[in-house]
Amino acid sequence: MNILRHVAALLVILGATFAAIPAQAQIADAELTTLVDALAPGSFKDRETAIGNLVATGDQRAVPVLETLLEGELYVDEATGKVVFTAASGGKGAISDPVTGADLSDLDEDGLEKVKVNNSLRRVLRTAIGQMTLLSDDSNTRLSAAQSVLRDADPAQLELLDSALAAETDGAIKRVMEQARAVIMLKSPDATIEDKAAAVPVVQAIGGRDALNTLTTALANAPDELKPAIQSAIDGLARDRAAWDVAQNVWFGISLGSVLLLAAIGLAITFGVMGVINMAHGEMVMLGAYTTFVVQEIIRQNAPGLFDWSLAIALPAAFLFTGLVGVAIERGIIRFLYGRPLETLLATWGLSLIIQQAVQRIFTANIREVGNPSWMSGSFELGGLAITWNRFYIVIFAALVFIALLLVLKYTAIGLHMRAVTQNRRMASAMGIRTPLVDAMTFGLGSGIAGLAGVALSQIGNVSPNLGQGYIIDSFMVVVFGGVGNLWGTFVGALTLGIANKFIEPYAGAVLGKIIILVLIILFIQRRPRGLFALKGRSIEA
Amino acid sequence: MITQALFRALDKKAIWLVAILLLAAIAVPASNLLLPEGNPLRLPNYAVPLFGKYLTFAMLALALDLVWGYCGILSLGHGAFFAIGGYAMGMYLMRQIGTRGVYANPTLPDFMVFLNWKELPWYWYGMDNFWFAMLMVVFVPGLLAFVFGFLAFRSRVTGVYLSIITQAMTYALLLAFFRNDMGFGGNNGLTDFKDILGVPVQAASTRAALFAASAIALALAVLACSMIVNSKLGKVMVAVRDAESRTRFLGYRVEYVKLFAFTVSAIIAGIAGALYVPQVGIINPSEFEPANSIEVVIWTAVGGRGTIIGPIIGAILVNVGKSYFTGAFPEYWLFALGALFVVTTLFLPRGIVGLIGQYRAATTKREQHTPTPKQVEAGADPQPEPAE
Repeated sequence: MNILRHVAALLVILGATFAAIPAQAQIADAELTTLVDALAPGSFKDRETAIGNLVATGDQRAVPVLETLLEGELYVDEATGKVVFTAASGGKGAISDPVTGADLSDLDEDGLEKVKVNNSLRRVLRTAIGQMTLLSDDSNTRLSAAQSVLRDADPAQLELLDSALAAETDGAIKRVMEQARAVIMLKSPDATIEDKAAAVPVVQAIGGRDALNTLTTALANAPDELKPAIQSAIDGLARDRAAWDVAQNVWFGISLGSVLLLAAIGLAITFGVMGVINMAHGEMVMLGAYTTFVVQEIIRQNAPGLFDWSLAIALPAAFLFTGLVGVAIERGIIRFLYGRPLETLLATWGLSLIIQQAVQRIFTANIREVGNPSWMSGSFELGGLAITWNRFYIVIFAALVFIALLLVLKYTAIGLHMRAVTQNRRMASAMGIRTPLVDAMTFGLGSGIAGLAGVALSQIGNVSPNLGQGYIIDSFMVVVFGGVGNLWGTFVGALTLGIANKFIEPYAGAVLGKIIILVLIILFIQRRPRGLFALKGRSIEA
Repeated sequence: MITQALFRALDKKAIWLVAILLLAAIAVPASNLLLPEGNPLRLPNYAVPLFGKYLTFAMLALALDLVWGYCGILSLGHGAFFAIGGYAMGMYLMRQIGTRGVYANPTLPDFMVFLNWKELPWYWYGMDNFWFAMLMVVFVPGLLAFVFGFLAFRSRVTGVYLSIITQAMTYALLLAFFRNDMGFGGNNGLTDFKDILGVPVQAASTRAALFAASAIALALAVLACSMIVNSKLGKVMVAVRDAESRTRFLGYRVEYVKLFAFTVSAIIAGIAGALYVPQVGIINPSEFEPANSIEVVIWTAVGGRGTIIGPIIGAILVNVGKSYFTGAFPEYWLFALGALFVVTTLFLPRGIVGLIGQYRAATTKREQHTPTPKQVEAGADPQPEPAE
């Protein structure tokens, strides 16, 4: 009985569909209201008929009504027999007219009763909604409807889909519909072998995990003559998947590498020019991140409209602030420790403790969340890759900082002096370069870049006083691995470590992966004690 | 004859130090155990393991001084050797718990039962035997230092690079020991010890004995170190520190000298760790923190590196200060420690011992005979300009 009733309902709907295709217009409010009100009274069977009549109008305003009914949130006023939306069903006021949206708050809320639905009616409703949307005038509605059919792949929707496909003119929507049809074909037990065979390449072209699942299920139920084709499609998909996985790992690696590059490059410059490792470098990164936090707080309180510009303001602020702190450290402490790199290491370590503790006193040890501007939130898809905007912009930013630094070193006077001091301090000094000034500038520049790194890092994680600690050892590894005196060494070092890390991670886990990388670096240092891009010359044997 | 050689090898200061340590080994336990409660000279129970802990730290600082002060190798990973020695002792103590654990498993420590392990991993075999465990206390840190040093010194990794890779080593070990499937108790480490050599670890007499053992071990370490640094080998070590290339060109195998110092130092650190664990009652991966190893460096620097007595004074002073500060003003301890790093490197390059030497030289007007630290600094080590 039940099945018969469904078939009947479907026939009613289909009949209505064909009638409705040319007449995709709006009908008068009063007429639609009558049809909507007809949903409430009578038996479930009467409701099916009423649904069929609504579909026949082709009026898009009926879709939310049907959807609400499907959710079981459509109400009827018992006194007047009027069908209404309530706040729960998405109407604007507490109670509103489903057609006009007019406010009907004066109706008594206690007099409302749910319009009841049962399972078979729900099925009818789904079909009806799919049909109204698939045949809608609005191409966006059609596209999302086609995608939902593709997702559900209900064989019952095949005929509907066929009719929509015949009427469709937009190429992109048509492709989605064809894919949906192919998936249904593979799933449907009634489809002919020819249909299934034709569907296989279409499904393969969808790509992704869902297509793989569809094909795998189809393989189990397919007739023998179809199996090789499906199997080869599955293999093809798996190959694609593997390739995308590699690409994804490379992307993650580049992303990690760019973060490492930002954190390490300032360290590399100071190490190259002055031969000292700045253990407080991580704290410069942390100060940069806190600068971002402070800038955002000020903007939030004074000019919330500028929030999307907060990073543009934070970048120079962080650069200047950490740069000045860096110059102060160099003038105040490091210049007294020349020729004693190991002592410098200890003194800067002590400084890092002081800075961390000071920040903790000022901002407390709590984790601070720095907001993403709207243009850095969310993600986009590139083929099989899911890329978040903040990571994407950080990669771009790291590249820009790197290029800017290359240009500074190559084309400015201070860059020339820095390179000269890196190559031969005494000779540079003899040529009239004021090496103390170069040292201060270098330290300031290195610290300033650390500040920039802090701004970037605040966008991908939380800000806390020991933010810098997490990156400092990795940054050392990059510098030691890449070698000093050459920015490209840092670049190659950061990307290699980043990508290697992300490739080992899936097999060994994050922690073991890190251990493996550390051990590999320790072993690598044995081969090349001065890193990948060592400075050549006799001065190396210091 | 041996005693004669020993006396020749030791300077007066070292003999005094050994004498004081041996005296402490007797006096502290005696004052704690023999004197009645309420006697002003009686050491309270909590103080004995606390002082014992300071002595093990002093031993660790001495070990670091042997490589840094005398051989010029700044290791930022000495805490790792200390921790490994401690883990070896911890494993022995864990096996002694026996059926008194929460799960009452006669062979498996609680955390293994918790992880659903069925049998003891191979590296736990034999650790229930005290002497075997003590062998491991010496052997494992020594072996790690030997292999690490062999690789590093052979390829002439020096200076800051060496410091950074020793830090990488201890960081890698930190991460490794945090893993549960390493079989060392993961995050929680090894704790809840019951017995050592059949006597309860917590007992006052055991603690007194452990203190005495720490003092004697430190005295022996002082003897060993001063014998080494006063021997010809010790002179070569100092030569390596001051002018590595020159020493190499004079025909010494610099890498073997360094390897020797590094390995001996790691063994001393391992023994210190093994004495540390039963006195504090726990060993966990945080002992591998790179920050801990750097702190050891500052103890050594504060006391005065390149001397035998310096690191011992430094370690004890800084740790007494730490105990006081973390109790009285916890939020200022890191400020104080940070300032200590900066002030020591800027104004006390030779540490407290150097300061005393300077003062003495100034009062007795014998500058010509004993060069001031400044001259030592300048004369001994014409450090080439960095990264020239």
